[in-house]
Amino acid sequence: MANSIIHIFLALVMPPLLLGVIAKTKAAFAGRVGAPFLQPYYDILRLLHKGSVFSTTTTWIFRAGPIVTLATTAVAAMLIPFGAHPSPFSFQGDMILYAYLFALGRFFTMAAALDTGSSFEGMGSAREATYSCLAEPTLFFALITLSRLSGSYSLSPMLVNISFGVWLNNGAALLMLVGGMFIILLAENCRIPFDDPTTHLELTMIHEVMVLDHSGPALAIIHYAAALKLFVLGAFFVHLALPYATGNPYLDWGLFIISMLELAVVIGIVESVMARLRLIRIPQLLVAATILAAFSTLLVIR
Amino acid sequence: MSHGMKTFYNGTSFGRDEIPVPDNDTFFQSVLDAITSGWRVCSYFGIPNAAGATLYCIMSSRAGSGTLGITSTSVGRSFPSLAAACPQLQMFEREIAEQCLTRPEGHPWFKPVRFQKPLCDGKGFWSETDGGGLLPGVTDFYRVDGDEVHEVAVGPVHAGIIEPGHFRFQCHGEEVFHLEIAHGFQHRGIEWSLIGGPTMRSMHLMETIAGDTTVGHAQAYCMNMETLAGIFASPRAETVRGIALELERLANHIGDLGAISGDTGYLPTSSFCGRIRGDFLNMTALLCGSRFGRGLLRPGGIGYDCDTAIAEEMQKRLQTGREEITQAINLLWSAPSVMARLEDTGVVSEVDAREIGLVGPAARACGLNRDVRRDHPFGIFRMSQIPVITGSSCDVYARTMVRWLEVQRSLDFIDEQVRHLPRGGYQTKMRPIAADCCAVALTEGWRGEICHTALTDGEGRFERYKIVDPSFHNWSGLELALRNQQISDFPLCNKSFNLSYCGFDL
Repeated sequence: MANSIIHIFLALVMPPLLLGVIAKTKAAFAGRVGAPFLQPYYDILRLLHKGSVFSTTTTWIFRAGPIVTLATTAVAAMLIPFGAHPSPFSFQGDMILYAYLFALGRFFTMAAALDTGSSFEGMGSAREATYSCLAEPTLFFALITLSRLSGSYSLSPMLVNISFGVWLNNGAALLMLVGGMFIILLAENCRIPFDDPTTHLELTMIHEVMVLDHSGPALAIIHYAAALKLFVLGAFFVHLALPYATGNPYLDWGLFIISMLELAVVIGIVESVMARLRLIRIPQLLVAATILAAFSTLLVIR
Repeated sequence: MSHGMKTFYNGTSFGRDEIPVPDNDTFFQSVLDAITSGWRVCSYFGIPNAAGATLYCIMSSRAGSGTLGITSTSVGRSFPSLAAACPQLQMFEREIAEQCLTRPEGHPWFKPVRFQKPLCDGKGFWSETDGGGLLPGVTDFYRVDGDEVHEVAVGPVHAGIIEPGHFRFQCHGEEVFHLEIAHGFQHRGIEWSLIGGPTMRSMHLMETIAGDTTVGHAQAYCMNMETLAGIFASPRAETVRGIALELERLANHIGDLGAISGDTGYLPTSSFCGRIRGDFLNMTALLCGSRFGRGLLRPGGIGYDCDTAIAEEMQKRLQTGREEITQAINLLWSAPSVMARLEDTGVVSEVDAREIGLVGPAARACGLNRDVRRDHPFGIFRMSQIPVITGSSCDVYARTMVRWLEVQRSLDFIDEQVRHLPRGGYQTKMRPIAADCCAVALTEGWRGEICHTALTDGEGRFERYKIVDPSFHNWSGLELALRNQQISDFPLCNKSFNLSYCGFDL
């Protein structure tokens, strides 16, 4: 019970901190002081206090977009185990639900974007649809590999099963999986080299351009949902890459939090040392991720 | 070969009666011949009169001779358009139509330029469109039809803090077939308000033609005023003007390098350049108290002297500035992901660049060896030359590289000039300007060639003061650079040109 409460508490409170850590890392690389770690929280609070403007050409879909996105991401957060602790909810086959909750949220984000009738948002939706199609197979290959390794179809046993012992026996497969999933982590969360979350150039955006017309609390929900998505996918990745477990529950929670912050620093470093890819190059990298994940599946099935 | 034109040197004046006034056929034939043999149009404008307009064409000869040519003719309500044969004239002819209400017959792209009021009374050619051809952006845009073609309109309100301009993309998926740019949102009527001048305000108007090119435009205006008044700026003043011009180039080029880096999502260089640009702006402030060089250049000399203490301080700051910028930019060149974005993006072929008459770094990146500082030397550049940098790949990479190399040459130049500041006065007393005269001044602003033409009437007042900002030549270059490119590369291409909206709109 205590673990479930900590799980829900972390899922609610910690996600924006990751964005703060990423921004601080990037600032350090650029020789700036940077915004405070808590800036994303302030931003969300500020937006929540604002009024909303809704275009008269939009329908309920536009308003439903942010809420559905947040709801699906929040449910996904309940399915994924954090650190060595199993998730509050799990059942056989919840990995399929996990994968398609993101798809549902994305569908509503794209539908809400198309609802505005703006050419920018149409372009953003087209890009998002294209790239998410290419990202999805990687996630499934990863899930197949993990279920093969653990013999389960539920996320909690699948991910908690990963340990240094599993790494010793299936090092090559897991290494490729880590590579593929890191690419997917960056792509799904619209980080450099796929998308630049800080840009103001509407013609180059992917995710940001789809939410240009949202304002006030709706935008706050979108920002929070995006942070939560980073947190949830990051938790998945941390299981693969840093499978620490001590057996002491409180120590494990601490290790989980530290691993997540490490991940944020790594993302910040990646964003600092490289430029964005040209949009036509993105599919190539996504396909590379799929191939990595597919080979890891081949290795464990063989 | 002068093609029937009066030839003269940059920064000189001559009586208006010396300008040849051939008949229309000879005029247009000589312009055509000159362009065919490699001359380039610097300025082409009209003065409206009751029957039509008098057209003046100022051309620059091929590099080497350093001569400029001027010719003129009187036309009625229409004149033959040469734009189809010489694309570099197309914008000038549209401008003449808009300002002087005389129609370029057979113009292939007859649209408003700035949606401005004509300089004379009468109705514009676009009065049937909504807004009478006076509301910026209200016009018929080129359209590509088809089920899979879509149109993207950007601006005039942008997401970033930039000037207003309207961009229409005809796209097929992510690929741009055609880009059309509409200007005029910043039109302030500068040329109109200069008629009857010079007044006390004229100098300030010059400094605000394009706020980031204050020194470039002020230099051209001062050259015109000085030659019309028959005075010379002292060597000390000329040197400080040259230093200010190069400081302006440095600050803007460094800002651009940072912005290009920022658009590729590469933050370190972007952040460093933002700060270092400020350091160079502060060096201009050291000279005159204004970061943009306002109040530094005045007809007859400079507004503030540069004493030894300032020169020494500047030398010190230059040294640190050079070290810091070299580190910041080397980061950019050593990041393969940045190079992958810059190379082969936004290519304007050398042939196209020559045809549309690109100027400045954008032209030099296409391998066109043109630089007013060498071709038509003025001020201090008559004594001290800056090597011309050219690129060959014609893409964003070349435009970035040309900027960086120019930064280095400008640093060398300032370093040398600050050490050897000529002694003597810095102001010569201004005298009234000559009547019935014509003066033409070309300077190399950081965006490229700036051309100012002053025509005075019988009382020594401006009958017309024509300003051509480099952006006027180069906006068509940006349109061409986007052909068959990814629409997501537009911001990068745009930054690599970094043209002025207000300099174009005047």
